[in-house]
Amino acid sequence: MTVGILALQGAFIEHEKMLSQIGVTSFEIRKKDDLHRHFDGLILPGGESTVMIKLLKELEMFEEVKSAIINGLPVFGTCAGMILLAKDVCNDKMNSLSTMDITVRRNAYGRQLGSFSAIAEMKGIGKIPMTFIRAPYIDSVKDNVEVLSIVDGHIVAAREDNQLATSFHPELTQDVSVHKYFVEMIRGTKSGRRSSV
Amino acid sequence: MNESRQELNRNLAQMLKGGVIMDVTTPEQAKIAEEAGACAVMALERIPADIRAAGGVSRMSDPQMIKGIQEAVSIPVMAKCRIGHFVEAQILQSIEIDYIDESEVLSPADDIYHIDKTKFYVPFVCGARNLGEALRRISEGATMIRTKGEPGTGDVIQAVRHIRMIRSEILRLHGMDESDLFEAAKELQAPYELVKYVHDNAKLPVVNFAAGGIATPADAALMMQLGAEGVFVGSGIFKSGNPAKRAQAIVKAVTNYTDAKVLASLSEDLGEAMVGINEQEINLLMAERGK
Repeated sequence: MTVGILALQGAFIEHEKMLSQIGVTSFEIRKKDDLHRHFDGLILPGGESTVMIKLLKELEMFEEVKSAIINGLPVFGTCAGMILLAKDVCNDKMNSLSTMDITVRRNAYGRQLGSFSAIAEMKGIGKIPMTFIRAPYIDSVKDNVEVLSIVDGHIVAAREDNQLATSFHPELTQDVSVHKYFVEMIRGTKSGRRSSV
Repeated sequence: MNESRQELNRNLAQMLKGGVIMDVTTPEQAKIAEEAGACAVMALERIPADIRAAGGVSRMSDPQMIKGIQEAVSIPVMAKCRIGHFVEAQILQSIEIDYIDESEVLSPADDIYHIDKTKFYVPFVCGARNLGEALRRISEGATMIRTKGEPGTGDVIQAVRHIRMIRSEILRLHGMDESDLFEAAKELQAPYELVKYVHDNAKLPVVNFAAGGIATPADAALMMQLGAEGVFVGSGIFKSGNPAKRAQAIVKAVTNYTDAKVLASLSEDLGEAMVGINEQEINLLMAERGK
């Protein structure tokens, strides 16, 4: 199994390290050609969502990534990556990939002074450490989306079929369980998928 | 500041990696920077080239001006305070700045002490010319380091010198026998624990950006290939002929910093670069401030 990690800007190396810890190979996606290599799953890392959306467009990768996700490519977005997936960002005009039926609030906890860490329950995993850095949270989800974690009354993790999104950064902790969960997701969709991407 | 706050502040710097932090002086410039793909902006009244030209004492910016920039953009906003001026830092913290740059670009307020950054909740980035300076700043609580370079010159030589120096000193420590680390810590004038960390991990414990004199996409890619994790561009953008275009090109150069073909197309038709001053032509070496 190989996972592609969007490496336009942000904390992508941290994801590579988590995957290598659980024995999964990965590579960095920096330009259009990289999308033509084979990969079974995609990680959209933390960083600045404005920068990633801009570069996805300017480097002519936007439509390709979007249609791959719509066609069932397993994807995992953390923080900025979650904003990239959201169909709606309620407090900002963002032209995101808009593939997941969630409404996200950007910089929902305020500036850096609002950043925090917590230990909380994630459905299907258990209690895990969560790091929130100028994080978004999910305001609302459609019926087809499963809520996986709620912290302080706000949705911070959710899944819709092949798409997994977290407000927090499991890649900044020592706990690899969310990455393992994503790898299981890839295995699940792989066996059931109609055509490869 | 407790340990978890320190960790969260290091984490924010991790999110900035692979990005470009741009100096801006007005909300309009901040918007141009954000639209061009800046991962953060540095709000200041005068960019380094103008500080250099104007001379005199240079201080923290007007909080109202910084707030205007905070309102204009959604990306993190940084601001500078003078070296050692912990009250300017307290003021910046009170307006919820995302990162404070305790910067040699401004006139130093203290020629002995840097700010005790462990007393703050907001994160600090500090400049360094070598590993000793970097580790001393980290021990004072800095959660991000940048090379000093020579701000406001458009001349990249000092930034190159500093990043090469830090890199070679890291490799030297990494290759050392563990029993030599006490002596190395003494030489570096840095705490043993940090020296040991660098020895074990062959890297700084915090993110390291390049700054000072970066004016072109090629300059930015050069710093990335030399091991910087991102770049600050100060005067290089808004002192050039076509700021928006140059800013975008530098952002893309940092993402695809090893691809010469991409870099070639990014370097085309950018208009005038900032004029620049060679290091031999300047009287004031800002990098000499705050060791």
